[in-house]
Amino acid sequence: MAIDLTTETVERSETTVFRRPQLTTGFWSWITTADHKKIGLLYGYTAFFFFIAGGVEALLIRIQLSGPEGAFLSAAEYNGLFTTHAITMIFLFVMPISAAFFNYLLPLMIGARDVAFPRMNAVSYWIFLFGGVFIYSSLIFGTNPAPVGGSLPGGAADAEMLGSIPNSGWFIYAPNSGAAYSPGTAVDFAALGLQMLGVASLISAVNFIVTILNMRAKGMRLLRMPVFVWMTFVVALLLLFSLPIIAIALFMLTFDRQFGTLFFVAEAGGDPILWQHLFWLFGHPEVYILILPAMGIVSETLPVFSKKPLFGYPAVVFAGAAIAFLGFGVWAHHMFASGIPTVAQAAFGLSTMTIAIPTGIKIFNWLGTVWGGKVRLSTPMLFSLGFVALFVIGGLSGVTHAVVPSDWQQTDTYYIVAHFHYVLFGGSIFGLFAGIYYWFPKLTGRMYNESLGKWHFWLMFIGMNLTFGPMHWLGLQGMVRRTWVYAEEAGLGPWNMAATVGAFIIAVSVGVFMVNWMYSKRRGRPAPDDPWDARTLEWTMPSPTPEYNFAVEPVVTSLDDFWHQKYDEDEEGRAVRKEKADEIVADLIYTNGHPDREIHLPAPSYFPFFVGLGIMLIAYGIMYHTKPWGIPLLAAGAVVTVAAFVAWGSEPLEEIHDEDDHGNGGDGGDGGGHGIETHEPPAGAVLSAGERRA
Amino acid sequence: MNLRKRTGRLSFGRAPAALLVLVLLGSCGRVEQPLNSFDSQGPIAERINALFWPVFWIAVVIFVLVQGALLLTVFLFRERRGKERPEPKQITGSTRLELLWTVIPTLILAGIAVPTVATLFDLADCPPGAMDIEVIGHQWWFEYRYPDSGAVTANIMAIPEDTEICARMTSDDVLHNFWIPKLAGKRYLVPGQETVQRLYAEEPGEYWGHCAEFCGLSHARMRARVVAMTQGDFDAWVDDQLRPAVMPAPGSEAERGMEVFLASACIGCHIIDGVNNPDPATLTVASPDLTHFASRHVFAGATLPAGLNPTRADWEADLRKWLADPPTWKPGSFMPDLGLTADEIDALAAYLSTLE
Repeated sequence: MAIDLTTETVERSETTVFRRPQLTTGFWSWITTADHKKIGLLYGYTAFFFFIAGGVEALLIRIQLSGPEGAFLSAAEYNGLFTTHAITMIFLFVMPISAAFFNYLLPLMIGARDVAFPRMNAVSYWIFLFGGVFIYSSLIFGTNPAPVGGSLPGGAADAEMLGSIPNSGWFIYAPNSGAAYSPGTAVDFAALGLQMLGVASLISAVNFIVTILNMRAKGMRLLRMPVFVWMTFVVALLLLFSLPIIAIALFMLTFDRQFGTLFFVAEAGGDPILWQHLFWLFGHPEVYILILPAMGIVSETLPVFSKKPLFGYPAVVFAGAAIAFLGFGVWAHHMFASGIPTVAQAAFGLSTMTIAIPTGIKIFNWLGTVWGGKVRLSTPMLFSLGFVALFVIGGLSGVTHAVVPSDWQQTDTYYIVAHFHYVLFGGSIFGLFAGIYYWFPKLTGRMYNESLGKWHFWLMFIGMNLTFGPMHWLGLQGMVRRTWVYAEEAGLGPWNMAATVGAFIIAVSVGVFMVNWMYSKRRGRPAPDDPWDARTLEWTMPSPTPEYNFAVEPVVTSLDDFWHQKYDEDEEGRAVRKEKADEIVADLIYTNGHPDREIHLPAPSYFPFFVGLGIMLIAYGIMYHTKPWGIPLLAAGAVVTVAAFVAWGSEPLEEIHDEDDHGNGGDGGDGGGHGIETHEPPAGAVLSAGERRA
Repeated sequence: MNLRKRTGRLSFGRAPAALLVLVLLGSCGRVEQPLNSFDSQGPIAERINALFWPVFWIAVVIFVLVQGALLLTVFLFRERRGKERPEPKQITGSTRLELLWTVIPTLILAGIAVPTVATLFDLADCPPGAMDIEVIGHQWWFEYRYPDSGAVTANIMAIPEDTEICARMTSDDVLHNFWIPKLAGKRYLVPGQETVQRLYAEEPGEYWGHCAEFCGLSHARMRARVVAMTQGDFDAWVDDQLRPAVMPAPGSEAERGMEVFLASACIGCHIIDGVNNPDPATLTVASPDLTHFASRHVFAGATLPAGLNPTRADWEADLRKWLADPPTWKPGSFMPDLGLTADEIDALAAYLSTLE
């Protein structure tokens, strides 16, 4: 949806101090929105912007590594790029694009009008955005001199622009991240920026958990929820329990760097290994935070494009929950070489192996879903099948890491880089693209171009394997990770060149996607109401989704309720489309598009934006607290944040309306099913299912 | 004694592994890979590979089965134009299959777990009677100390062949990770802590290594060599290392170089035993002991001279380049560009190359 710069305001009476904005179109409507769909799109576009940034970083890295002794980048630039590539792809792309899916689809899939706390939802987005802006502002403000006592090439005092972005690895290992070894501000941008992103995700997590528990449609028991909703729920719980750990670790690091504490300073008795435990106790659940949304997406697409229900629905759901649960017990497999005790290595090796069991269950159930189906190889299905194929490779190489002595050879080499790109690129990103194509008609009301979609898939599939496949061999042939150059005599050149070629093929495929998106969004064939013959509630609405979602709140009687409204089964158990299926669908879509009464919707608010802005100012203030303007900046940020929260709390829950409003007075809106009025509880309150219907 | 030119041979003893590696290497036209972990040259790396390959082949079988099943499914059940098939049966699951694909992977993993844990406990700690060598990580070079004799060296770790070595490791600054792929796996060097790494070379040879943990700006320029030699050669090497530095002939270029050394900032960080003997604690930055600099055929974090088999001329040429501008080769280097004149560099290089 393009951001339209014209604004439309509705005049209101002046009975309250803080008036709530009522914009539904135009630039300010995006700044003030509390609509989960608009927030979802904001998340999506922002995440995609960062995907491009992270992709450009990856290409620069691949150019540098295309041959031995590369001279394209300096060491400082290379270190900045590999670090920022990881931070960008993990925290600024995969997590927020997953949040985009959660935001847009979760309420639709459970039959709700919005999330439980719409303004909290908006504040998550703004903190995330300002966190991303903060991290990337290091391009301008960051500094990265040599470690204390060291010299940069040519006697330079500070690294080049690209060398001043966060440069300590996304894992920010102590003590290299300490003030003595990373004296510039590059690491502060990472530490404080990630802190902000963590706050944003934590708020979202609480919001999604409450939404899923309290706002499901009538009849949608937990085991009638779509698997995507289940995986959203599991991811939200993972975020809720893992983010506080990294928050504490990042605070300790920030205090070490800014205020002279000694948590990780070895010379003073601090423990650098403690950082690794804290980081990976977050970092491993984080891996599942990145992959489970994609698993949820393909659990939706595979049944639809096979015309069969998901094979073993409860097994897939419980396997997802088991992966998350076990995911908290495997963190030290990132540290097998760090000198942790042998018994601990054995224990974590075994616990890591157990993760393969629920993962296998998912893979086999997906195969079972497609087996015997009527398989339509549309683009979303290609990406879903690609996800399964590539994720299997990443899963198998993952098992070899659990073989601890083997991991002593593999760890910190390109073998690991290969592994996690198969999981996170072949897995997460393929799953996410499956979702983007699958729900494209829902988002835009138009169909994407199928041939371009297939070009995108095959180019990306080939490019991905050409880039990351050889890295398995490179790693075991001695290519260590995070290496700015490698020696010619190490014999690593040819496969590195192959990987670089692959990376550019991936870049072309992303270009094809962008063309498809921009063209189809405007000129694509108008989408039928139920283009995929789908199974879940979001397809019972007109596309694009009206602002109020469901005009009539759905009642659910089974898993895949929408499917069962369209299909019966014959004696053999084969699907039989009901004679009146088309009418049923058309009826549902019509009803949902034509509300017969006022629908309360969360009103927009100015304040989430200011909360995000204030928190960013606080982060700058902490970083520059030794400068004369640092403390004032910190104070200003605190004032903005607190004021925004106070104003937020003082916002009226409902607007008083104009006399001439053609709504039905009292609590009515401006009618027409658009910009309809608010009924939001104060932040912190939990809506019961009953209240929601009020 | 010069440790130059003993490159490790490649011996592909293990048939299936060798075949695969050969195919992969053959396709890129070169075989010499001094960091190749598949080419184990000692029992520790050998044990690790002996564990890896069965797991690898199990993974290959699973890979073929699962991808085959996926391709077959898509091939059999894809929608084809003009071929109307009946609607699919709406099967929601099968408890028997769920059990099957839970239990079989569990059994496979249990089968992998047993040798994993056994190998882990065998290899994790040094056996009694092993020869201790202290490894100290610095940004960006490895220092080796021999507690039995008191010898101290840098970049190249000399070890006797057929001997169990226990590297007792720590770091002087950030985390480093000691990796000699043909001899063993990796182990971190952690400041304030001691970690151990077993090493064992079956035959004399030179084994390449790399710091594997990101350790700051010049992580890529922190490499290592292990040179294994016969016990006799090793004893001779130790004796050589314990001697003070060779004094240059009076009036030679080398003597002029020694004077440059003594007059420049070099002495703030480097020791040449018998020439300057400061208290090591007073050095600005812990730096390689240069007493036997010329006995080491690599320098600058074992990154120079470049090439598989550099000549002495390469060594001298790269030494001049290094002395002229260390931070360009090794960004962040604690050895600054000292602004030496070409004449001073010639003299210094001449002197350093006498320090056998």
